[in-house]
Formats: sequence, C-alpha cells, structure tokens
Amino acid sequence: MRNFIVFLLSTIPTLALGDWEVNLPRGVTPTSVLAYDLHMLIFYITVIIGIGVFGVMFYSIIHHRKSKGVVPANFHENTKIEIVWTVIPFLILVGMAIPATQALILMEDTSEAEVTLKVTGYQWMWKYEYLEDNVSFLSRIDSESNKARKLNSGVDVSNVKNYLLEVDNPIVLPVNAKIRLLLTAGDVIHAWWVPELGGKKDAVPGFVNEMWFNINKPGIYRGQCAELCGKDHAFMPIVVKAVSKAEYEKWVMNQQNNNKIANKK
Amino acid sequence: MNTDADHLHEDHKTGIMRWITTTNHKDIGTLYLFLSLTMFFVGGAMALIIRAELFQPGLQLVNPDFFNQMTTMHALIMIFGALMPALVGLANWQIPLMIGAPDMALPRLNNWSFWILPFALGMLGSTLFFEGGAPAAGWTLYPPLVLQGGDALPYAIFSIHLLGLSSILGAINIIATILNMRAPGMTLMKMPMFVWTWLITAFLLIAVMPVLAGAVTMLLTDRFFGTSFFTASGGGDPVMFQHIFWFFGHPEVYILILPAFGVISTIIPTFSRKKLFGYDSMVYATASIALLSFIVWAHHMFTVGMPLAGEIFFMMTTMLIAVPTGVKVFNWIATMWKGSMTFETPMLFSLAFIVLFTIGGFSGLMMAITPVDFQYHDTYFIVAHFHYVLVPGSVFAVIAAVYFWLPKWTGKMYDETLGKTHFWLTTIFVNITFFPQHFVGLAGMPRRIPDYAVQFTDFNAISTIGSFGFGIAQILFLYILYKTLKQDVTADNKVWEGAEGLEWTLPSPPPYHSFEEPPKVE
Repeated sequence: MRNFIVFLLSTIPTLALGDWEVNLPRGVTPTSVLAYDLHMLIFYITVIIGIGVFGVMFYSIIHHRKSKGVVPANFHENTKIEIVWTVIPFLILVGMAIPATQALILMEDTSEAEVTLKVTGYQWMWKYEYLEDNVSFLSRIDSESNKARKLNSGVDVSNVKNYLLEVDNPIVLPVNAKIRLLLTAGDVIHAWWVPELGGKKDAVPGFVNEMWFNINKPGIYRGQCAELCGKDHAFMPIVVKAVSKAEYEKWVMNQQNNNKIANKK
Repeated sequence: MNTDADHLHEDHKTGIMRWITTTNHKDIGTLYLFLSLTMFFVGGAMALIIRAELFQPGLQLVNPDFFNQMTTMHALIMIFGALMPALVGLANWQIPLMIGAPDMALPRLNNWSFWILPFALGMLGSTLFFEGGAPAAGWTLYPPLVLQGGDALPYAIFSIHLLGLSSILGAINIIATILNMRAPGMTLMKMPMFVWTWLITAFLLIAVMPVLAGAVTMLLTDRFFGTSFFTASGGGDPVMFQHIFWFFGHPEVYILILPAFGVISTIIPTFSRKKLFGYDSMVYATASIALLSFIVWAHHMFTVGMPLAGEIFFMMTTMLIAVPTGVKVFNWIATMWKGSMTFETPMLFSLAFIVLFTIGGFSGLMMAITPVDFQYHDTYFIVAHFHYVLVPGSVFAVIAAVYFWLPKWTGKMYDETLGKTHFWLTTIFVNITFFPQHFVGLAGMPRRIPDYAVQFTDFNAISTIGSFGFGIAQILFLYILYKTLKQDVTADNKVWEGAEGLEWTLPSPPPYHSFEEPPKVE
C-alpha cells in the first residue's frame, strides 16, 4: 500500500508537466470568444446549481440515516415549494437564452465578408478555392504524419511534429478581415472545424453552408474534420495560417503566378 | 376442473422447450434480462477494443475501418441489445407483480417479441464476419457514408426492422397490460412510478420505432432500388435523413432513461423509509419530458446548416427539458430529506445515479446552448455527456433494479458486501473512464477517431485504464449473480424494511401466475 502511494506521488510532477488542456480554447475570433464566454457562464451556473443540489443531498445522506436513529418524517407534496423549484430553473434558463440568442444571431450573419473561401470536403482531403482571387489548391495530411499513422508503422508518433495536425498546403488568411466560408462536399458529409476560430459547420454534398470568422491575431491554427466520413476521417487535418494583410496579398500574388506557370506547362 | 392442484402446479414444459414456448411473464422477463446481460458483455468487449486502440496515439491494434465498425456496433448492441431488452425485461417481471395481474395481457405476443431479438441481434452480429465487415458509418447511419458500405447494410437494416418490431410488440403488450389488468382500486394515479414511466415509454416506442423503420427503408431503396431520398444528385437531401433519424433518436434516448427514472423513484423512497415526495408532479414531469422529446430533435444536428429561426427554436425547447428533469431530481432529494436512510447496494447505485446523471444533465444543458454547441458538437465532450446519462444513468438504474428485485424474483438474497464492492468499483471506474473525456473533448478531440494528436494522450490513457477497470468490475457482478442463484431460498416476502407495493405481498419467489385472485387496493 505504501509503495502504491509513493508511486502515485512520484507521478505528480510528470502529470503537472504534461500538456493538460482541460478547457475550450478561448480562440482568436470574436465568435470563438463569445462561445467561450457563454461556455464559462453556463459552466459556472451549473457548478453553482450542482453545489446547491448535491450539498442538500449529501447533508441529507450524512444526517438523515437510520444508523443515527432518525425516525422518518411523514411529509410529502407541497405546492409552494414545487412551484418554486419549477419557476426558478425556468428563470435561470431565460437568463441564459437571452445572451445565447444574441450570440447566435451574430454568428449567423455572414454578410459583408472581405474574403470568400470555398471549402469542399473529399474523402480524405480538403479543397480550398479563394473565389475573389482565383486561387485554389488541395490540402492533405502531410507525408510524415501519414507514414507514422499507418497500423504498426513502428514510428514513435510523439517525435512527429504536429502529428495528425499538419498538412501539405495550409490555408493562408488575412487577420482583421471578415472571412466567409462556403462549405460543400464531393462525396459524403464532412465538417470543417478549427477550435480556435470558433465553431464548426458541416460540408454536405449537394448543398452549400456558410460560416464566418474574423481572426484578430496572426498565427497558425489547427483543426480537423469533425463528422465521421469513412476510414480516414481522423486523417484530414486543417491548418490555417493567419498573416497580416500585406503578407496575405503577397501570398495571393505568388499563388496566382504559380498557377499561371502550372497552366503554361 | 379447477382443483387446487391445477392452481398450484406450474404447468409448463421443462428444459429448453420451457424457454422457447413460454408465455409466462417471469420466464420471458428472465430471458430478456439474460439476453441483455450477454449483450452488455459483447458490447462491452467492443468498447474495450475501442479504448485499447485509443490508449496511445498511433495505430497499434486495429485498422481505422474496423475501429469504425466497433464504434457502430458497440452503440447498436448496447442500445438495442443491452439497454432496451433490460428495461423490457424489468417491465415483464415487474408490471404484473406491481399492478396485481396474473400475467401480461398478451402472453403469446410476449413470447414472440422476445424471440425475435436473438435472431435480429445474431443477424446484426454476423455482419462482422462479412467481406467488407459490419456497418461502419456510426450507429446514426448517416447517408451518403452509410451507402458506401458493403453487403452488411441490408442485413443491418433488416435487423433494425426486426428490433423495432420487437419493441413495438412489447410496447403494445405493456400498454394493454397496464390499461386493462390493474387490480380493482388501482386507479391510474395510484400506479407505482415504475409502471407510470413504462406506460409513457411504451407510447414513445410506438410513436418513433416506425419512424426509424421508415428512415432505414429509404436507405435501403436508395442503395438498391434507385431512389434518391438522400442523394442530392437525384434531388434528395442527405440532411433529411438526419431529421427523420433524430425524430426517432431523441425520444429513443428518453425510452432508455424514463424507465430508469421509474426504478430510482421506487428505490429512493424504499431506503429512505418515506413516501415519494411529489407523486403527481413526478407523473406530470415524466409526461412533459416525453412530450418535449418530440420537438427537440434538431439539437443533435445544430451544425448541418439550419435557418437561424430553427436553431433558436430547438435551442429553447431543449433548454426547457431541464425544468421537468430538475423537478425529478428535486423530488428525489426531497424524498430523502428527513428520511431514515440505509445504504444497501440498490440504494447506493440509485444515489450514484442521481449525482452522475445530473452531471450528464448539466453537460446536456451546456450543449443546448447552440452557439457553444458549434464547438462541442461531434467531440469527446458529447461522448462524455451521453455516456454519463446512459452508463451511470440507465445502466446503473438497471443494476440497482436487479439488486433490488432479485431477492423477490428468486427468494435468494445476494451477498451485501460483494454488492457494495461491486458498487464502489463500478462507480470509481465509470468516472475514471468518462470524466477525462470531457477534457479531451473541450480541448478539441473529435469523436469517432481511431488515432489522435499527441496532446490528448494523457487523458485517453486514463480513460482506457478506467474502462478496463469497469469491465473487470462487471465480472464481479456475474459472480455475485452466480453466487446468489446457487444458494437456498432465504429472503422473506417483504425483503426490504421500507418496501411498499403489491409485489412485496407475494411470497419470494412469487408463484408462477403472479396474482390468480386480484388483490384489492385500498
């Protein structure tokens, strides 16, 4: 027993050093921050309700037990208290529904976008088309991850950089611009999701869905397909590189030139 | 003709033919419960394959396609093979005993509704050995992905038809029994809560099982007969399947939980030695939950691209469910308040049910908030949520019910120390398994993936350890059942000091035809 406790204690430092992400990322877009704030609000509300409800329950479990010689009371049904515990939760719900609805209205407003990116999901890659700038390319999992992920590949995946979250061609997008995504799919349903940019949206074959975000911080943001799409569902990552507007324009020019050269060939 | 001997002797065949030809509610209840126990271990083994693969990042044990077959089959078997038969088994045993009837209203139909099941589940299970394997598109069977599957699809669809048929027949029987065979004096508002919850559940089953049958039939015709219900290129809509499926699917999850509420509402008063606090409000809350379940389905699909008005509607109706559910939890706690509690195994499982189911309810409330659900959707946060409401929810209620009524059914008392050990192991490991899944889900791990980025490793390893502990703890449950059944009849009629209801007026074990003379209620 003592050995076991020593073992448990000895693991604490490694646990503390590990990457213990336990919460939603706050993200880098107004919509992701909205979602995060709502998430924390409702989380704290449920924690408070939980403490109250379980507190009463455990008080009862500790004090109202037969072994303490308690004689059971005989009360039941009390219209007043039943109305109270119906109306109060209802009011709390109304209080949560108001900010949630406001957030939802904002999130669904895809008007006045500066950049429109068409995203098409395929088994198992993404196709990106910058509609205003005539740039398009396919984006697949990078080759190092792809080799390592095979059954019994013999590769220690912890040595692979950004294992399963790296692609050959990342998306490049400008910061501080409203980006509109048009999502569809070529075969089965996929879902496009980068947690730090906010929510996800399904890419449905034959239909076009919309979502938007506005990235406020340059950086590299990673995500993956979030709707089961067959055997390689886990292996179609998404990488977004957010850069300044100037850099973005340079990147677009380069892409257009590359496309021209490719077309001439 | 009607001699005493005729009454007393248990007129049935012996050996295997007894079980095949039986029309007795207790025999059929037992068959349901044993089938459920078997499937609980089969589905559990699949879960352990899933967890073993997820112990570390990288693929070590199975290829991704087989992994997807496991997630699909685990869910189908646990829902249709383990939980639903367990609840119907409890209904078969308990409803006639609780309402003072000799048997179910339609005994031959009862035999048929059970015997469809092993064949339907056998057919579903056999697809694992097909070329191309079992269905691998998830238990939700979303097209177009599910249409890409191999030969397994038509077998799985036929199997679902049969499972649905069995459920509908069982539900008809339960409604007929409850409405026609109650003892004189037992008005609807005097029925035990378990009977009430099952009456409401049976109506849900009749309402939604045909919807599922319709949805999978359309899949079948899309695949084999050239229709395009769900194919955009033919003028169909893949999302329409999701709407139809979840119109079945959401009431279905209440089918899995309402009878569990009934069990908890029976056990808590018994061991608190106090009447259920608000009987009427419990009945109304159950009925409200059932009605609401028909208008919340699209909260399973907030990310499919719905109009804003639809999102707001389904968000608000979903949040509303918290009100009647809260009423139930408050009622259970008010029942305990100032009671005289003891903590036998069924009570322990029921108390854990209240706490852990409520945690699942809290995460459910969180994901009702549509703008945040855009983040939660299809992540392990969802997996954690529905396992919290189904495992320490429904499964705990079934286990509690078995400990609670087993001495009545068999006349044999289980070993209390072993029962409590089983409780503590199960409760600790269920939390080690599912609690960390909240964290990886929030941190960004999608569900239904066989391999994951390395930052999710620690919590997945913990979850896997928990799942194996949980599995081993259930072997102890098997041993407890075995040990109980092996011993001599010892339990008295009432079994529990605080027990109330007609079933406790009968001897333990009760006679083959429960109540030959209807008892008088008040």
